[in-house]
Amino acid sequence: MAFELPKVTLTLREAPSRLRTFLGPILAFGIAMLLGGLLVALMGKSPWQALDVYFIHPLLDSYNLQALALKASPLVLMAIGLSYCYRANLWNIGAEGQFVIGGTCAGAIAIFTHGAPDNTLWILPAMLLAGVMGGMVTALIPAILKVSLGVSEILTSLMLVYVSQLTLDYLVRGPWRDPKGFNFPVTVTFDPAATLPPLFDGARVHVGVLLTLAIVIIAAIMQGRSLFNFAVRLLGLAPRAARFAGFSEARITLIVFALSGGLAGLAGFMEVSGQINQLQPSISPGYGFTAIIVAFLGRLSPVGILVAGFVLSLTYIGGEAAQISMQLPLDMTQTFQGLLLFCILSADILTRYDVSLAKART
Amino acid sequence: MPDDFSEPLVRLQAITKRFGSFTANDNVDLELRKGHIHALLGENGAGKSTLVKILYGLLAPTSGTILFAGTPVTMTDPRAARALGIGMVFQHFSLFENLTVAENIALVLPASLSRAALYEQIAAIGERYHLRLEPARMVWSLSAGERQRIEIARCLLQDPQVLVLDEPTSVLTPQEADGLFITLNQLKDEGRALLYISHKLEEVRYLCDHATILRLGRVVETCVPKDHSARELAQLMVGTQIAEVKPQVSQHVGEMRMAVKGLSLAPDQTHGVTLKNIELQAHAGQVLGIAGIAGNGQSELFAALSGERLSGNAQSIFMDGKAVGNRDINARRALGAAFIPEARFGHAAVGDLTLSENVILSQHAHGLVKAGFLRRRAARAQAARIVEDYDVRKTGDDPLARTLSGGNLQKFIFGRENSSKLRLFVIDQPTWGVDARAASTIRRAIVDCAAAGTAVVVISQDLDELFEISDQICVIHEGHLSAAVPASGTNRAEIGLQMTGGMNGV
Repeated sequence: MAFELPKVTLTLREAPSRLRTFLGPILAFGIAMLLGGLLVALMGKSPWQALDVYFIHPLLDSYNLQALALKASPLVLMAIGLSYCYRANLWNIGAEGQFVIGGTCAGAIAIFTHGAPDNTLWILPAMLLAGVMGGMVTALIPAILKVSLGVSEILTSLMLVYVSQLTLDYLVRGPWRDPKGFNFPVTVTFDPAATLPPLFDGARVHVGVLLTLAIVIIAAIMQGRSLFNFAVRLLGLAPRAARFAGFSEARITLIVFALSGGLAGLAGFMEVSGQINQLQPSISPGYGFTAIIVAFLGRLSPVGILVAGFVLSLTYIGGEAAQISMQLPLDMTQTFQGLLLFCILSADILTRYDVSLAKART
Repeated sequence: MPDDFSEPLVRLQAITKRFGSFTANDNVDLELRKGHIHALLGENGAGKSTLVKILYGLLAPTSGTILFAGTPVTMTDPRAARALGIGMVFQHFSLFENLTVAENIALVLPASLSRAALYEQIAAIGERYHLRLEPARMVWSLSAGERQRIEIARCLLQDPQVLVLDEPTSVLTPQEADGLFITLNQLKDEGRALLYISHKLEEVRYLCDHATILRLGRVVETCVPKDHSARELAQLMVGTQIAEVKPQVSQHVGEMRMAVKGLSLAPDQTHGVTLKNIELQAHAGQVLGIAGIAGNGQSELFAALSGERLSGNAQSIFMDGKAVGNRDINARRALGAAFIPEARFGHAAVGDLTLSENVILSQHAHGLVKAGFLRRRAARAQAARIVEDYDVRKTGDDPLARTLSGGNLQKFIFGRENSSKLRLFVIDQPTWGVDARAASTIRRAIVDCAAAGTAVVVISQDLDELFEISDQICVIHEGHLSAAVPASGTNRAEIGLQMTGGMNGV
C-alpha cells in the first residue's frame, strides 16, 4: 500500500486521571461552544453577539439570575435521580414523562381543592406527596417490566414520555379545563394555598429551590460513603459481583427507578405549583431530556450536577433571549444541548485512556 | 529426526522491552526450530507474556531483532505475524461472547465459506486434534475449558508454521491433556515449530525438546528439560525453594458442617447445566475436592452452595444442621461461611474498584458498614492487613484491583475471605491462571485452613492440585456429583475416567 492512515491507539490508564476527570467536561463545553459558534456564523449571525446573549447577558442582573435558579432546580433534581440509574447501568430515559405525571398529580389536588374555604395547610404537602408518588409509579412501570420480563427499560421509559404528555394534554383539554377559561386548554389558576411561596418578598424564586439544595447536599453526603451508593455502583460495574456481594439486582433496579421517578415527580410538583400555577398542555420545555445531559456533564456526581444544571439552565434563558434579540430559532438551544452531550461523551475517553497517534511504519 | 544444526525458523536476538523504567525483557535470546517443541518457563511477571506478545506482533521491542527463516522482520501487528505463519493460542481468550462457536471460528476463514463447509471443517479439525466442539453453541454459555478448545481449533485452521501455546493444559483432564500431547507431537512431526508455555513441569519434561527459563525478565537457563528433575526446574524458575504442600493424614472426620440433600436446580441461563440430585457432605477439618472438566456444572454448583442462587427448597442445603436452602449468600456468610468464585474479575472482585472497596464487596456485613455508611478507613486497614499477611505485590497505596497480576489478586481475594472463625469455605478454581509460587501459597493456606478446623470444599479442574490438598474427592459430570472417596484410596486415572463420564453406570 502506498499510504496508511495514522493509527489512533487507546491505552487504558492504570487509574482514571483526576485532573482529566475535572478538565474533560470543561474541554467538552469549549468544543461545543466552538461548534455552536460555527453554526451561528453559518446562519449569518454574529457568533460574538450570540455568545454575549447566551452566556453573558443572563448573568448580569438579579431577574435573570433568579430565572436561572428556577430553571436549574428541576434539571438538578432530575439529574440526581438519573445519576443513580446511570451508575447502576440502567437507562431511564423517561424523566420527562415522570416529571409530567408528577406535575399532573400535584395539579389534580390543586384543582379539586380549588376554592376550598377551610383549613388548607395540608394542600401543599399533599401536592408534594402526589407529585412524588406520580413520578415514582410512572418510573416503576419500566422497572417492573425489566425485572419481571426482561423488557428493555430504554424503550419503555422513553415511550411512557409520550403517554404521559398525551394524558396531560387530554386532561387539560377535556375534563380539567377551566370552565371560565374562554375555551383555552388550561385549568383553573391554583389557589394561594396550592402555590409554593416565594423565597422572599417579591422574589421570582420559590422556596422549592431550598429543597433542591437540601437534596443535592444529602446526595453529596451519600455519594462514595453509603452502602446503597456502593451497591448501585457495583451493579453498574459488575452484576455478578453485586450478586456475590449479596445485593439483589431486582431490588436495586426498583429502588433507583423509584428514586429517580420520585425526584422527577417532585420537580414536576415544584414547576406547576411554584412556576406555572395551573396545568396546561405542556408543562416542560424538555427538562427531562436536558437532565440527561446535566447528569453526564456533572459526571454523575451531585456537586457536578449542581454546576451543570446552571450551565444548561443558562442555555434555556439565553435561548429565549436570542430568539427575541437575534431571531435565532429555539431549536438552536436544543442543537447546542445535543452538541454538548456529544462532546461530553467523547471527552470521557480522555479520562480513562491515553490517546496516541502511532506513526505509520513501513 | 530434525537436524539440530539447521538455521532456526524463528530467532529472537537480544530482545529488550522497557515500559517506562520497568524492564520486562532484558536481552532475551530465543530460538525455535522446525520439528521442535520449545518450552518457555517462568513465574508470572518473569516476562513470558511480554516476550510472546513481541513474537506475535502485539508489542514492539525496545531493542533487539527478530529473524524469521534468517531474515530480519518487523511485525507491526498480529496480522503481520499470522502472515508469516505464526499462530497463537492465548491463555486469556479472545472470543466474541455473543457469537456461536462456528462464527468465532469463521472469523479467521474466508468469508465465502458456506455454513455446511464450515461445520465440516470444524468437525474435521475436532476429530483430527481431539477437540470436542459444538459449533452452534453461543460462546458466552461455555466454560473456560470449552472456550480454550475453540482457540486451539481456530489457530490450527490457519495452518501455522509456528504455534505458540500459553498454558494450554490448565483446564484439561489428564486424558484430554494426553490427547493434546498427541496432537502437539503430530504438529511437531509435521515440521512445525512450537513454543509451549506452562507451569506444569512434569508436562514440560515429558513433551518439550528444549526449554528457556526466564526470571525477572532475563534468561537464566536454556536446557533440555528431560535432563533435569521437575524440582530443579522449579528452583531455576523461582530462584528459591518451593514448599511442597502435604496434607496431614487426617486424624478423624470432624463434625458435619454442610450437607446437601437431593439438590436439583435448573440453570438460570440457556446452555447452563442442570444440577441433578446433588448429595454432598463437608466435614470440619477436611478438604473435599470436586474434580470435573470445565462446564459440567461447577459454576452452577458454586452458585447453589454459596446462595447466589436459591433452589427454592429450604431442606436442600444444611449448614450446621440449619436448613439454609432459602437463605441468601449474606445469611450463609453470617453463619460462618466464605466463598471464592472462579472468575476473579467481575465476580470475586471488580477491576475498577480499589482494593479496599473490593474488601467491602464481600465483607460489608462484617463490621465495615455503620448505619448505612461505609467505614472506609476500616476497609483500608483490612486491605492493608491482607496485603501484608499474604504478600500481595501491588503499586501504590490503595490501587485499582485491575492493576494487580492474577496471582496477587487471587492471594488478595483468598486473604479477604479467609479468617480463623470460618466454619465453611467453598472455593471454585483456587489457582486457575495463577503463577506457581502464588498457587503454592494458596494451596498451603487451604490445607492450613482445614487443619484449623474449617470444612473446605474445593472445586478444581487441576487434578494435581486436588490430590495435593484433598482428603476426599468426588467428581462432577454433566450436573451429577459422584460419591466422595478418600483421596488416598483412588488415583488420577480413575478420577480422570469419571471426569469424562467413563464410570457412569459402572
